[in-house]
Amino acid sequence: MDPHLPSTVPPPSQALILVGAALAVAWMLLAGGCANPGPKTPAHATAASLPVFHRQDLLWLERVSFGIDAESVGALHRLGRERYLDRQLRGPQAPFPAPLGAELANLVAARPDPERVLADLSAEYKRINAMPDGADKEQARKALNDEGNKLANQAIREELLRAVYAPSQLDEQMVWFWLNHFSVHQYKANLRWLVGDYVDRAIRPHALGHFKDLVLATLEHPAMLQYLDNNQNAVGHINENYARELMELHTLGVHGGYTQQDVQQLARVLTGVGISAVDPPKLKREWQNLYRRDGAFEFNPARHDFGDKLLLGRTIKGRGFDEVDEAVGLIVRQPACARFISRELARYFVADDPPARLVDRMTQTFMRSDGDIAQVLREMLLAPELDAALGGKFKDPMRFVVSSVRFAYDGRTISNTRPMLNWLNGLGEAPFGRATPDGYPLTELAWASSGQMSRRFEIARAIGSGSAGLFDGEDGTSPGGAGGFPQLSNRLYYEAVEPFLGAGARDALARANSQQEWNTFLLASPDFNYE
Amino acid sequence: MKRRHALQWGFAALLGAASGPARLFAAPASGPRFLLVFLRGGYDSTNFLIPYSSDFYYESRPNIAIARPDSASTTGALALNADWALAPAVRETIGALYLQRQAAFIPFAGTDDLSRSHFETQDSIELGQPSASARNYRSGFLGRLAQTLGGTAPEPDPIAFTDALPLAFEGASTVPNLSLKNIGKPPFDERQARILNDMYAGHHLETAVRDGLDLRQEVAQKIAQEMLSASRSAVNTKGFELEAERMARLMRDKYRVGFVDVGGWDTHVGEGASQGPLAANLASLGRGLQVFAQTLGTEWNNTVVVVVSEFGRTFRENGNRGTDHGHGSVYWVLGGSVRGGTVAGEQRPVNRANLLQDRDFPVLNDYRAVLGGLFRSMWGLSAVQCDAVFAQVRPLDLKLV
Repeated sequence: MDPHLPSTVPPPSQALILVGAALAVAWMLLAGGCANPGPKTPAHATAASLPVFHRQDLLWLERVSFGIDAESVGALHRLGRERYLDRQLRGPQAPFPAPLGAELANLVAARPDPERVLADLSAEYKRINAMPDGADKEQARKALNDEGNKLANQAIREELLRAVYAPSQLDEQMVWFWLNHFSVHQYKANLRWLVGDYVDRAIRPHALGHFKDLVLATLEHPAMLQYLDNNQNAVGHINENYARELMELHTLGVHGGYTQQDVQQLARVLTGVGISAVDPPKLKREWQNLYRRDGAFEFNPARHDFGDKLLLGRTIKGRGFDEVDEAVGLIVRQPACARFISRELARYFVADDPPARLVDRMTQTFMRSDGDIAQVLREMLLAPELDAALGGKFKDPMRFVVSSVRFAYDGRTISNTRPMLNWLNGLGEAPFGRATPDGYPLTELAWASSGQMSRRFEIARAIGSGSAGLFDGEDGTSPGGAGGFPQLSNRLYYEAVEPFLGAGARDALARANSQQEWNTFLLASPDFNYE
Repeated sequence: MKRRHALQWGFAALLGAASGPARLFAAPASGPRFLLVFLRGGYDSTNFLIPYSSDFYYESRPNIAIARPDSASTTGALALNADWALAPAVRETIGALYLQRQAAFIPFAGTDDLSRSHFETQDSIELGQPSASARNYRSGFLGRLAQTLGGTAPEPDPIAFTDALPLAFEGASTVPNLSLKNIGKPPFDERQARILNDMYAGHHLETAVRDGLDLRQEVAQKIAQEMLSASRSAVNTKGFELEAERMARLMRDKYRVGFVDVGGWDTHVGEGASQGPLAANLASLGRGLQVFAQTLGTEWNNTVVVVVSEFGRTFRENGNRGTDHGHGSVYWVLGGSVRGGTVAGEQRPVNRANLLQDRDFPVLNDYRAVLGGLFRSMWGLSAVQCDAVFAQVRPLDLKLV
């Protein structure tokens, strides 16, 4: 995991493993006098039972997952990279560990439909506004606000639990990637009530599917329509916010060959695309067939500009929502779109400045497959360019926090995700927390400044020093006996981490005065922070 | 880079804090200080510096125009001259500085980047490179300024008051960064910090790790001092005001080139006029900068604050009583010794014919020329030094400093 080690390293020697074991024994002696139990040398951590892991394979696994755990390491060992990847590219197959699977299914099933949400909210606002000023009114406002927070936190809880425990780790990374690519901010308008549904219905079903479907699903979702103001975009009242970001951030990239004219033309195409939670409007006869409604999504011809548009050099005949489908089709088939999306993917999975030849091949695959995301990923994740870049990617906060929990609590299911959210907040990358529509940055430059490094060490300490309530109930109740700090010097550590540690980390670990400190140093090490 | 010794006396001072607040830094020899305030999101400068002599302004903004100044009113827009007035929201703060001739405004200011993209234009401003050249993301203009001033006394000692290091500081050998919004106790003792530092010895993040741990201790120490200080006003400052007060303490005692950003300016919908979301944001910014000036004390006379944003917004209001992405903006220049009380730079009458693409303000005062001119006067930079900071541009001398 240290970027400065040569990229091919022989399998761990028994000597190294014994050093690790000896360290742990020394540990027990040191910690013997303390109230806290020291790390136990796992009975099975003997040289004889250890499979031989290649460092490159482990680093590769770190890229296609949110971090190694015993299950994924074992699966990769059994299957090899290509078969492992092909299983991952099929999306969710294996069930979640019980009882988590049931809980997640219940969360999704219980999630209110956006149309209901918006109708209820509107009624509730009306009721509260009609109340006389005073304590009751404040109370009602607060209750509504609490409800919004609760729903957004449920969506975050679901995302974090899936990131840690989903067997389909690549799919989960893609859900994160697309949520970030089509970023929305929970504190705008009433998005807190909608972000859960946005993940469920706009992002997750298409995470490994076709790019055009993904764009259209976000375009038709009330969360995006409110976030970038297109619900306010109507003929004679143009709001070009979404039209611009749809091309700049979602599809073509800022140098993707479109002009201010194109932004204005696309904004005209998008007039009338909005949301509704009331009965369809009364429309002129010739418009009635053009009206569209799917839940809270609405295309209202009365708000649409029916003139012809000239977008990216092509005339789009004014005729209703079909224009939107045509425009999105036109945009996502531009070579600039294939290149922009390929480059973004490679920046997240391969390197901050990805090799041009790899991006070229991904671009070709994207165009040839009409934007089949799984095919582009396959091209990228089996490429020699990825192999050459392993060990050099700095973990963004989400990868850092999730990989820490996967590693530190391997085999134990946490019950409360609030501490993870606190850590992500502290590091500046909370889900649905990006205020601007560009999403969080994907490169080391944005996450490894001096202030961010010291903050990361603080979080490493928080993770390493106690369970921080990860095993409490969601309501904050503590079941008792579940606390204590994690045992990072576990079997996985000796099998998959210790053999490859750099000298700096080794030295720091040897100087630790307690298991908590040892944990902190390991999580703070360059070895753990690069993949 | 020279190693600061924040750790050692940081802890000594923490332990001895009860015996009275000791000044951590020797008061430096007097010299210029500079703070760049970046308003991210493209603030609607047209409702900050109001072209009130223009009927076209009132026609273009039927719902969100700010009423013409009325000399009888003490709460409306503040007339600065025959053409421009200042938003009521900052009348008591920035307006007061203007009346003391410590504030100037530069309309028609900005870049030649016409993408009207937040992110693209913010980046191009922070990099400050000639627009025709290929971008080098490892070289920002404040980074180049710090490099240019490095080795001279007093040292520039740059700092970014942000969670992430801004692009503007890229390329300087070492720039600590720390947001002053939420600061707790220092998390590591001296031994732990040493081990963490050693772990990154020889790594390319070595300096970042060391600076981060040092600055964290230093600031925790200053804030401990703040709490102890009996003379501290009882007013419970918060938000940007609290941040600005802390920035001023750090810049008064040590740092000379600072950067901070303030968000929330992307007013596509319902931005309001004299009151509303934009006014509230401007008011908070104004109060913060006022506190910044006060806290600096006499050092305010050596300080220049420049407020910029990536672009202005559409001259006309949009269909939602907001404004969309535009071009020319209004920059602010504040400071105790600034020759203020003026609306500076090249200007044109505000009418439809003078709009760019019938949409927004043109840029007549290039940001690189404006900032280059300020830096040249502040630090007495040579032509070569100016070119190192802003290549291929002639610094514009607006006679403000």
